[in-house]
Amino acid sequence: MPPAAVSSPASRVRWNLVFRQAVLEAAAAFALALLLFGPIVGLVLDGYQIKNEWQRPLPIATIIAVGRFLVALAVHTPTGQAALERFNARRRQPGVLVVGISEGDRRRWWLLAVVAISLTLPFLASKYWLTVLIQAMIYVLLGLGLNIVVGLAGLLDLGYVAFYAVGAYGLALGAQYLDLGFWSALPLAAMLAALFGGVLGFPVLRMHGDYLAIVTLGFGEIIRLVLNNWLEFTGGPNGVAAPAPQLFGLEFTRTARDGGVPFHDYFQIAYNPLHRFIFIYLALFLIVCLMVGVVTRLRNMPVGRAWEALREDEIACRALGINHVLVKLSAFMMGAMVGGIAGVFFATYQGFINPTSFNFFESALIVAIVVLGGLGSTTGVIVAALVLTILPELLRAFADYRVFAFGVLMVLMMIWRPRGLMRPRRRAFEVKGLCP
Amino acid sequence: MDWHILVQQLVNGLTLGSIYGLIAIGYTMVYGIIGMINFAHGDVYMLSAYVTAICLATLFSFGVNSLPFALLATLVMTMVITATYGWTIERIAYRPLRGSTRLAPLISAIGVSLVLQNGVQLSQGAKTQGVPSLIPTTLRFGEGDNFVQITLVQVMIILVSLSSMAALTWLIQRTSLGRQCRATQQDRRMAAILGINTDRIISTVFVIGAAMAAIAGVLVTLNYGSFDFYIGFVTGIKAFTAAVLGGIGSLPGAMLGGLILGLSEALFSGMVNTDYKDVFAFSLLVLVLIFRPTGLLGKPEVEKV
Repeated sequence: MPPAAVSSPASRVRWNLVFRQAVLEAAAAFALALLLFGPIVGLVLDGYQIKNEWQRPLPIATIIAVGRFLVALAVHTPTGQAALERFNARRRQPGVLVVGISEGDRRRWWLLAVVAISLTLPFLASKYWLTVLIQAMIYVLLGLGLNIVVGLAGLLDLGYVAFYAVGAYGLALGAQYLDLGFWSALPLAAMLAALFGGVLGFPVLRMHGDYLAIVTLGFGEIIRLVLNNWLEFTGGPNGVAAPAPQLFGLEFTRTARDGGVPFHDYFQIAYNPLHRFIFIYLALFLIVCLMVGVVTRLRNMPVGRAWEALREDEIACRALGINHVLVKLSAFMMGAMVGGIAGVFFATYQGFINPTSFNFFESALIVAIVVLGGLGSTTGVIVAALVLTILPELLRAFADYRVFAFGVLMVLMMIWRPRGLMRPRRRAFEVKGLCP
Repeated sequence: MDWHILVQQLVNGLTLGSIYGLIAIGYTMVYGIIGMINFAHGDVYMLSAYVTAICLATLFSFGVNSLPFALLATLVMTMVITATYGWTIERIAYRPLRGSTRLAPLISAIGVSLVLQNGVQLSQGAKTQGVPSLIPTTLRFGEGDNFVQITLVQVMIILVSLSSMAALTWLIQRTSLGRQCRATQQDRRMAAILGINTDRIISTVFVIGAAMAAIAGVLVTLNYGSFDFYIGFVTGIKAFTAAVLGGIGSLPGAMLGGLILGLSEALFSGMVNTDYKDVFAFSLLVLVLIFRPTGLLGKPEVEKV
């Protein structure tokens, strides 16, 4: 397909007109940028006074104007035309990449290598990197959970952090009031989070999908406010301590409390404070592997197919007799449950939690992970979670710009590739002899 | 409860409700015309609070002494700048997504919201900002300890929001632009066939919504005097609640929903508990969605293939 030859060959472009147009557009962009950024960026409030910082908006406006000028010129060159054509073609392509059943056997070796590296990494890492790895794993788990809701079922959940908080507080308060340990709290907190998801989701899921987004947003805020204000029960802003994990009753402390046996005594090895973190990491890794397996299988099962079908066309699904409320509810509760599990791990790894860990930015970060990973692609979500949590650790100097960059990335992704960086793959069922 | 506390809470609720109503207009008009929840709208309102304070401080630093002139100039400048933000956001983040997946504009709106919040935080600092109390006049009714206190700013809030609502109703019901808006809202494709530039109408709706949010921002800043980069979040959800309560897509509904939400929230915080007033508002949203998803004045949504 030679688009440049058909639409406007470079020889026939009247460059003087194009140039004048580009200059006009650049000037308009410059004026607009100055109006937008001038007051907000250039005049800084300082008490009731103004600090004049005009040197800040001017470069921004100049960059925007120059960019606009170059883009206006570039779309008239053959290369620019071809790029525009490719861009539009990519946006029109279908969401799910269907691959033949014979493809993809090589990926097993990759999988094995990734698992082997993930299992050896914690034994080599320092304490700092171990905590980073645990955090990354928690976000992988959160990303996988939200991916079921947003990526597969197409329900935008903006209060996902609420279920994360339910899980975390489930462990901490369960230990405080009911004397639950880590392993007994894990399934209970997960079920509690799923229950919250069900109670919240059931009334809202019957309606137009957009309402869910705002209701979950409000719910995330309600949970945070309640945790913050209910001083007698949750400790309010002071937070609450969460118990450390145990391995069949073995504690990861130097000396055991209440007559227990510490892990290093039992195995006759030297005490190492990292053992606790390595153990959390390994348990988390197992759960993540389990989740990947479960989600991969679910996607090929009727309920998983119903999730994706509902995402693509709800009316058609209802016409085909799919109970849309129950199918959506199953995705929503499943996602909530995974969020609860991640919350339990977060609480036990931190040892102490308070409501500030569960604000809207956390929800937005998880949504960003799912969106950048390619709504629905498991590999993409894992890669995005690792990149978005480990990259900020490497770029500490730009930590303030993190949320800003997430916002810009989300908008750009929706314009450039609304289906995400990695397209989800789905195996085709090939029956030999039936189809020509 | 004594009558004077009740009346005081009613006055506070009326003030709060007019603000919610003004912001809810942005949600309801955008939802009516392109069926999308504009999450960034709350942050546009937050932005207008900053612009208000910046304009006021700039005017005073240039030695403007006349208070009415300063307020009027601030109102106009804030409306212009905020409306430009509304236009630009629609142009950059929503227009390229027409005909994309259903989730795309919502996610894009979240992105815009993050950019606005964090951008303001980066450029203006994270600390709470404010304006000095400019109109300290208060009217007192009653004697001794039993009095009802109404500030002049509260009276101004109710008057200004009512008159801007009236102006907007006139614009939508009586002018050619309003007719085009209503036509686009009813059937975008048919309106385009009949020669209406629907893209421009959609831009106009965003501009109107942002300008209304700007009025709310100016009034709130004058009333409360302090704000930070996070105010748009909670106020945005509440204004959306107001829009849903009144029936999303309906203009008088937005104002009615705002007033009801403001009054009930004020009564709740007066009688029950101040800490949980946000929880009350959000619970109201969920309850309305369960029992009357079309709101008070809304039309039932018909799903068509």
